[in-house]
Amino acid sequence: MIPEIGHFALILALLVAVVQGVFPIAGAALNKPAWIALAKPSARLQFLLVTLAMLCLAYTFAIKDYSVLYVASNSNSKLPLHYRVAALWGGHEGSLLLWVFILNLWTLAVSFFSKALPELTRARILGVMGLISIGFLLFMLTVSNPFERLIPAAIDGRDLNPLLQDPGMVFHPPMLYMGYVGFSVAFAFAIAALLGGELDAAWARWSRPWTTLAWLFLTVGIMAGSNWAYYELGWGGWWFWDAVENASFMPWLVGTALIHSLAVTEKRGSFKAWTVLLAITAFSLSLLGTFLVRSGVLTSVHAFATDPERGLFILAFLVIVIGGSLGLFAWRATSIAKGGSFSAFSRESLLLSNNVLLVVAAASVMLGTLYPLFLDTLNLGKISVGPPYFDTVFAPLMAPAVFLMGIGPLARWKKAELPELIVRLRWAFLVSVVTAILLPLILGRWTPMVGLGLFLAFWVFFSSLQTLWGRLRLAGLPISERLRSLTRSWWGMWLAHIGIGVFILGVTIVKGFETETAVRMHPGDVAHLSGYDFTFDGVAEVQGPNYIATQGNLRVSCNQREVASLHPQKRLYTVQNMPMTEAGIAAGLWSDQYASLGESLGDGSWSVRIYHKPMVNWIWGGCLLMAAGGVLALSDKRYRIRHKRPGQQKVATV
Amino acid sequence: MKRLFILIPLAAFLILVGFLAAGLRHDPHEVPSPLVGKPAPLFNLPRLNDPQLTLSAAEMQGQVWLFNVWASWCAPCREEHPVLLKLAASQIVPIIGMNYKDERDKAIAWLRQGGGDPYLTSVIDQEGRTGIDYGVYGVPETYVIDKAGIIRYKHIGQLTEQVVAERLLPLIMELNAE
Repeated sequence: MIPEIGHFALILALLVAVVQGVFPIAGAALNKPAWIALAKPSARLQFLLVTLAMLCLAYTFAIKDYSVLYVASNSNSKLPLHYRVAALWGGHEGSLLLWVFILNLWTLAVSFFSKALPELTRARILGVMGLISIGFLLFMLTVSNPFERLIPAAIDGRDLNPLLQDPGMVFHPPMLYMGYVGFSVAFAFAIAALLGGELDAAWARWSRPWTTLAWLFLTVGIMAGSNWAYYELGWGGWWFWDAVENASFMPWLVGTALIHSLAVTEKRGSFKAWTVLLAITAFSLSLLGTFLVRSGVLTSVHAFATDPERGLFILAFLVIVIGGSLGLFAWRATSIAKGGSFSAFSRESLLLSNNVLLVVAAASVMLGTLYPLFLDTLNLGKISVGPPYFDTVFAPLMAPAVFLMGIGPLARWKKAELPELIVRLRWAFLVSVVTAILLPLILGRWTPMVGLGLFLAFWVFFSSLQTLWGRLRLAGLPISERLRSLTRSWWGMWLAHIGIGVFILGVTIVKGFETETAVRMHPGDVAHLSGYDFTFDGVAEVQGPNYIATQGNLRVSCNQREVASLHPQKRLYTVQNMPMTEAGIAAGLWSDQYASLGESLGDGSWSVRIYHKPMVNWIWGGCLLMAAGGVLALSDKRYRIRHKRPGQQKVATV
Repeated sequence: MKRLFILIPLAAFLILVGFLAAGLRHDPHEVPSPLVGKPAPLFNLPRLNDPQLTLSAAEMQGQVWLFNVWASWCAPCREEHPVLLKLAASQIVPIIGMNYKDERDKAIAWLRQGGGDPYLTSVIDQEGRTGIDYGVYGVPETYVIDKAGIIRYKHIGQLTEQVVAERLLPLIMELNAE
């Protein structure tokens, strides 16, 4: 009964979404206030219906109802409750339901926090979001129904993919989807603006907090995924340039460009068409990511659901949404009025260069991701594009972008003076260069990549300090007053930039100085790596709720002092008979000791892989700083002030 | 001129759609096997129901047959089992199973639970040596072998009704006519 209620709620949600998608937009065009007024209530009703469907599915998982196909395929009676609930988004159908639920969450938020918007704009925005929702609800109800019955019912479920049975599974997908789907708000704003022909500074100001919020969720989501891969896959890597990782990274790059471009549009009125294009692109890439993951066009460790029929549906949906919005852009963008002019060297031009670099980087990631598909389609053979391509292409694009990032916040709007900037940044530059040369020599190894990485990291730190100093030093007021004059959004920007530096530092040190060894260990054996001694105490059997594990025990000591113990596991999930590795990690600010258990070699000895990962946690720490910067920017008081509405806008004046 | 410039994103997107649409028709799981067109590697393995007796690939010469690699620990095998049973009942083609890296008791129990034995005979490849010869990298796998003992088709992953109807049966008809 409960699954049928959920199914019925989805059908009703589709009908409501049609109302929400059609009437407000048509009403805005045809000047019908009654139709426009439907936007808010229909958005809220749709949210309630989709939430009901989510709850029904969660309940079905919780009570272990294996007469529902999706529940039987993705959970098992021995699966602990928190994973049974997370299993809701462990497969294709449930991921889609989560997608729609999060879309509705954003729509609901827009319906509440849009008091400053003219009614027509809000109606159009909610309408566009309703149209997106129609596509996904229709997709679910036709070819991916999570409530489909399995008759006769299974005696027990087939269990959640063991790779997904991890705390990361509970947080990573919702965070990632909050980011992906969050770009739909900026997208809807852009489409609404194109429809209404009102691309002004106000439009950019409204879009900014929504974009920042989506971007910060995406940042945390990608970070959580990377961290998860690090300890779950047991290879010691944290980023694999896997197609699905790339699918989340492309919207991030374009979203980052969008945040900066929106700032220029708000402050200076420039880049309007470009900003609209970025808003469309960021969300399009999110949709494309969904397509790549769900259609099976590319193979990847993540491709849990592959089905050409579903792929065809999503492709048609992509053509309508992306093709339609790019067509609308081509039709309307020429009529957008020109913004403020700026000279060849100014904060605008620096931000534009950064934007172009970010977009080219996203395009090169896309090329690498889709290249195997292109070749296969043209019958030129099957190949795979690996990390060497991405490393070669990505670093040269990001290095100048990061360098410009150090200069941008110091440059003036409209027209900046190059000599003045050189004088102000000369110390930051010199200190960074010297650090980049000396520090690796002290650490024992200098390579061009390590040198470049360290230079960029320290350049970010010192130029940021210089920028802060420049703000505080201005004549007149005392320092405390100066500090207060800096807005939270300025601090947000500053902190996010520092986060980039911390991230680069982590990546550079790990790549340059990590060590690893694969050894055969008998109980009592000691392995040495980077000044640490790893003593193997043999293995023990451990019984988990739905797996049995062989757990290795290693003691780590440094200078005769025991510092940590590692417990890498080889698990066998009994339902699917699937082996999994679980790395043993002693995490620290300055380095991680990481061990993963290999095969039993007979006579009680095991193959063990041991890694020493210096400063690897700075990678994720940097991402958290970026996200914290986003939070700071959002808490800026200008977003909390109710912008005065110039009376109820009269529909007749449109 | 400016209008042309503004059409670039749309044009680029439409080209991408062309590739994605074509990509949907390609099956990424279809890995070209170097063995297709080559003689099937010979084996002489103990039979599952009576390990005293053996079966060699040479005994199958002169007829078109299917060689299906399965195991009791393999979840997709469970799903393809009904498809194989149906195919076996139609008596169009003999199916030889290879029980891969498995235990005999479990394998026999599994066949009993699964609703029947679709195989003319299953052979046991406990250590997976023959599996290496055939380049098995995922269970289940299915090979179509012709009268001369040449591998003509290889399917990786579970057989579905659709694969049987669209790929296997036409090929088997064709090979039988040769």
